[in-house]
Amino acid sequence: MYPVGYRYTQDHEWLKVNGSVGTIGITDYAQKELGDVVFVELPTVGKIVKAGEAFGTVESVKAVSEIFSPVSGQITETNASLADSPEKINQDPHGSAWLVRIRLSDPGEAQKLMDAAAYEAYVAEKAKEHSA
Amino acid sequence: MVNFGGWDMPLEYSGILAEHEAVRTRAGLFDVSHMGEIEIRGPGALDLVQFVTCNNAAKLDAGQAQYSGLMTGLGTFVDDLLVHKISDTHYLLCVNAANQDHDFEHIVAHHHFDAEVENAGSRYSQLAVQGPRAAEILAKLTPALLDSIRYYHFVFAKVSDVACLIARTGYTGEDGFELYFPARFSEKLWNELMQAGESYSLVPCGLGARNTLRLEAGMCLYGHEINETTTPWEAGLGWICKLDKGKFLGCDVLADQKQAGVERKLVGFEMLDKRIARDGCPVVISGREAGRVTSGGPAPFLKKNIGMAYVPPEFSGTGTEIEISIRGLPAAARIVALPFYRRPQASS
Repeated sequence: MYPVGYRYTQDHEWLKVNGSVGTIGITDYAQKELGDVVFVELPTVGKIVKAGEAFGTVESVKAVSEIFSPVSGQITETNASLADSPEKINQDPHGSAWLVRIRLSDPGEAQKLMDAAAYEAYVAEKAKEHSA
Repeated sequence: MVNFGGWDMPLEYSGILAEHEAVRTRAGLFDVSHMGEIEIRGPGALDLVQFVTCNNAAKLDAGQAQYSGLMTGLGTFVDDLLVHKISDTHYLLCVNAANQDHDFEHIVAHHHFDAEVENAGSRYSQLAVQGPRAAEILAKLTPALLDSIRYYHFVFAKVSDVACLIARTGYTGEDGFELYFPARFSEKLWNELMQAGESYSLVPCGLGARNTLRLEAGMCLYGHEINETTTPWEAGLGWICKLDKGKFLGCDVLADQKQAGVERKLVGFEMLDKRIARDGCPVVISGREAGRVTSGGPAPFLKKNIGMAYVPPEFSGTGTEIEISIRGLPAAARIVALPFYRRPQASS
């Protein structure tokens, strides 16, 4: 379910690192919680962000959710296709519906995030809380 | 599931957009058992209803329902409600879930008529089947002649062997029915209706779609457009405020306000900016905060982003361009006429 090789945050963002560049998106758990996504607001290319800092929003019909950067760095690219097709986030959250690419300023930060197994356990725990 | 007025209720089943679309084009089924019921019986029932509400319940025939407001002494809303006249001596009020106990206490506190007031919410369940195919679906389960029930009228009849009050009312802007019946039959009736609706692609709908549908239809939601600080004149609900019906709670204040004019008016707006205004966003006119968004969000059927807000009357005209501050940044919007959505009228 959750791609191995990605890193995950407690706020349900994912990070895939390729050399010095990371790709960031929201997880399948996050898109399910949000429901139908209707609008995405992304940062401008060149923006410097710190790990844990909000850099954009994903809005569903019912809610607005801030997106927090899993790592520090500079935004190098944003996924322009989401402006016209925000629903892609519901359809392919771990793939074509990535949000931004970021040049990592501290590659060590990624290692502190959860791996797929840890994240899976984390959301399983969340789901239990929900049904309790 | 979300907690709503003490009830655990699903926000969505298949997704708000799909549910919204189903109600506009086919039909949706809502479990609205959370809604409160208050019954008033006795020779003074009409006098009590007339005294605590702002619409003129004396105009109702038996079997007719009316949208109204439960008033404070200041002419503001304790709640909004539907008044059903069952007989000259029996009225059923349908009120908001979260307000039910407060409404009941408020009515009792102003009660000096020959009537009994019952807080009856726990006895009733309520299901709403809404949408252009609602009548066809319900017809499969009831001998009632649904075609003869006009909008805002009701009958007593069995639905799948359960004695129901079947009202042609709703909170979606579509044709449809609200069924009131003893709480123990809720699961049975839900299942029977879902089955009867299968060939019409009836879908279960949650609170999320209920909200987007009512917003698109320009209907007020208590706690958003109306509350204990707003009057019917301000909320664009002057049509339910009948000053000529005799004395009622708040009528003097309301008469004065009608004379003097209001300081704010509820308007509908659509976003010109692509961003979405949400409840609570400030409305900015000429660089100054002039009001707040009461409800805002996507209008899934109209494919626009819309909302309602209070603005000073001088800026309330249709076509006026305003700004909504969304997360601190201004976004352009334009005032438009309410309702945003009006269902196509049947051609019969």
